[in-house]
Amino acid sequence: MSSAIQTLVNRPYKHGFRTEIEADSVPKGLSEDIIRLISQKKNEPEWLLDFRLKAYRHWLTMTEPTWPNVKYPKIDFQDIIYFSAPKPKDKKSMDEVDPELLRTFEKLGVPMNERAALAGVAVDVIFDSVSVTTTFKKKLAEAGVIFCSFSEAVRDHPELVRRYLGSVVPPGDNFYAALNSAVFTDGSFCYIPKGVRCPMELSTYFRINTQESGQFERTLIVAEDDSYVSYLEGCTAPQFDTNQLHAAVVELVAMDRAEIKYSTVQNWYAGDENGKGGIYNFVTKRGLCKGADSKISWTQVETGSAITWKYPSCVLLGDNSVGEFYSVALTNHHQQADTGTKMVHIGRNTRSRIISKGISAGVSNNSYRGLVKIGAKAEGARNFSQCDSMLIGDRCGANTFPYLQVANSTATVEHEASTSKIGEDQLFYFASRGIDTEEAVSMIINGFVRDVFIHLPMEFAVEATKLLGIKLEGSVG
Amino acid sequence: MTKQQGNGLLEVRGLTARVGDRQILKGIDLAIRAGEVHAIMGPNGSGKSTLAKVLAGHPSYEVTGGEVLYEGRNLLELPPEERARAGVFLGFQYPIEVPGVTNSAFLRLAYNTVHGSRGKEELDPLEFDDLVREKMKLLQMNPDFLERSVNAGFSGGERKRNEVLQMALLEPRLAILDETDSGLDIDALRIVAGGVNALRTADNGILLVTHYQRLLNYIVPDFVHVMDGGRIIKTGDKSLALELEERGYDWVAREYKAKAA
Repeated sequence: MSSAIQTLVNRPYKHGFRTEIEADSVPKGLSEDIIRLISQKKNEPEWLLDFRLKAYRHWLTMTEPTWPNVKYPKIDFQDIIYFSAPKPKDKKSMDEVDPELLRTFEKLGVPMNERAALAGVAVDVIFDSVSVTTTFKKKLAEAGVIFCSFSEAVRDHPELVRRYLGSVVPPGDNFYAALNSAVFTDGSFCYIPKGVRCPMELSTYFRINTQESGQFERTLIVAEDDSYVSYLEGCTAPQFDTNQLHAAVVELVAMDRAEIKYSTVQNWYAGDENGKGGIYNFVTKRGLCKGADSKISWTQVETGSAITWKYPSCVLLGDNSVGEFYSVALTNHHQQADTGTKMVHIGRNTRSRIISKGISAGVSNNSYRGLVKIGAKAEGARNFSQCDSMLIGDRCGANTFPYLQVANSTATVEHEASTSKIGEDQLFYFASRGIDTEEAVSMIINGFVRDVFIHLPMEFAVEATKLLGIKLEGSVG
Repeated sequence: MTKQQGNGLLEVRGLTARVGDRQILKGIDLAIRAGEVHAIMGPNGSGKSTLAKVLAGHPSYEVTGGEVLYEGRNLLELPPEERARAGVFLGFQYPIEVPGVTNSAFLRLAYNTVHGSRGKEELDPLEFDDLVREKMKLLQMNPDFLERSVNAGFSGGERKRNEVLQMALLEPRLAILDETDSGLDIDALRIVAGGVNALRTADNGILLVTHYQRLLNYIVPDFVHVMDGGRIIKTGDKSLALELEERGYDWVAREYKAKAA
């Protein structure tokens, strides 16, 4: 292999710093006592503790999934801190966030101050196990939109939380969803009432800070009839040479004619160039198109994490409902990703569209895994899937695992796949037109991801383009 | 541009190169002066395409000896993109596909990079669009080509026209065209050759690598070189190409061996 492709060096991870802040943590390990302790710290109602304990007991009977195309040492679940929160400093007002935290998020480019905020984006900020602030709550409340931390939702809107929690991802759905259901500590809750078009983008920023803690958050978004919301999610973590577990659950519910657009730019710490450290990102995301003519659209840009294991899915229950999945997954160095989606067609004339773009560099491994399932009653259902892989250099891998299960003969299912390679010849072609390697790679990558990036909200698209550039800087140099 | 005195545009002396362990070029001597068209012919595997790629700086080939002067400068010490900016152009035998990157974006970046390095102002997309459409007329290209991905799904003829279009945009001083004629039907050949001829000036040089003399009916060379076994074994004028067409290459090789013995 040419030296040009071998000099594959990442610019240092710029979110890798750690904030020195006093934490209120529970002891390491997992048991019913720990779960009771977490529940107690959060002053939770009895039903929620029951939900946790049931999930925990179920989890004990489950085993870790081994089918993903990723390799990692066995996780010691007793060696993780399940609750870690920055210590409150006797401040009651929402405006008074610990200055140390303010500085942290300023450094990350996430303004918690509404005046400094991006116009039109409300942010819920999660630091380790808890939400530290939510901006623009008042403005949203005027429109009838509830946007708050999960803990507040449990306190202020228990009936809503109780009705929908676990309704899309049941506590026993899979190993990590069960674990999350037992120990989740916070997250974001969002409720859009009937006929309301949410006046601004909602967003949650996740930050893992403590070395030995995991992050187990839950996001629940409910969009009532004829409503619309666009939701963004961003993540970073400090650079540690150990691995941290992030096992989140996201549930979306869309009623008649409602639309939820959910976008993620994931930049968890990916480990160093030798594969030491990094986040294990084992996440369950699922949306239920419950109502007729509803629509759920997932757009994800996955650039971080040592290991990514996630399949944002749509259950298309309502007739004519639409599910979309647009994904760019980039792996470099020793990163591993096994990601894709599930589109489950139950209602009539349901439609789904999958566009997946995998980019592998270094010695990384990138798999697309997707299920398209057409139920017996899904008359006229349609799916289109396109899975493209791009290899940079010749030491990385890309795989595509499509699963198609069709139980209705009127359905149309299309799958297209391609693999391309940024190789010496392509770069030489650019060079012979005066274009240097860095610019060539950026042009090739931007062309490759274009079909996905056009679905990101504007500010995110700009961020994501920059992020890809940084991640691949010098990767073919 | 000042005319190079005596040296001409390109001066290749004793050039040897290999790929992996295989020595392919075994001592090439070649001089091209401004305004000249040279054709290199020869059987498969004689090293013609390797010479073209080595001159353009392909990283797979290692130069093991000799020197190459371009406008009096040491060409071999420049990375390929700087050779391109300095006015060396390679028309590819097999132009590469770049899915997702539109021709218009690619061509504009190439144009602005190369001409920018020569101190010209960048063209914005609209200005560039006017320019490229004008050049495309010369090659009778369909305008929808601009929105298609670079070479993706192009026919052989479309790819070769695209190469000549790039040459027209970049205005090289030394154009090396590697089997630009292969895979073209007679109409396409005429159009492509017409495109190349239109770019022929007293100030630039053209090196044609070709298998067949038919291209040389349209682009008439000043010199014809025969390559075999990594060396230029005979040089003549355009009549040599006709003789090769009639008699094949074997006699040239025999003659060369006899001389060497």
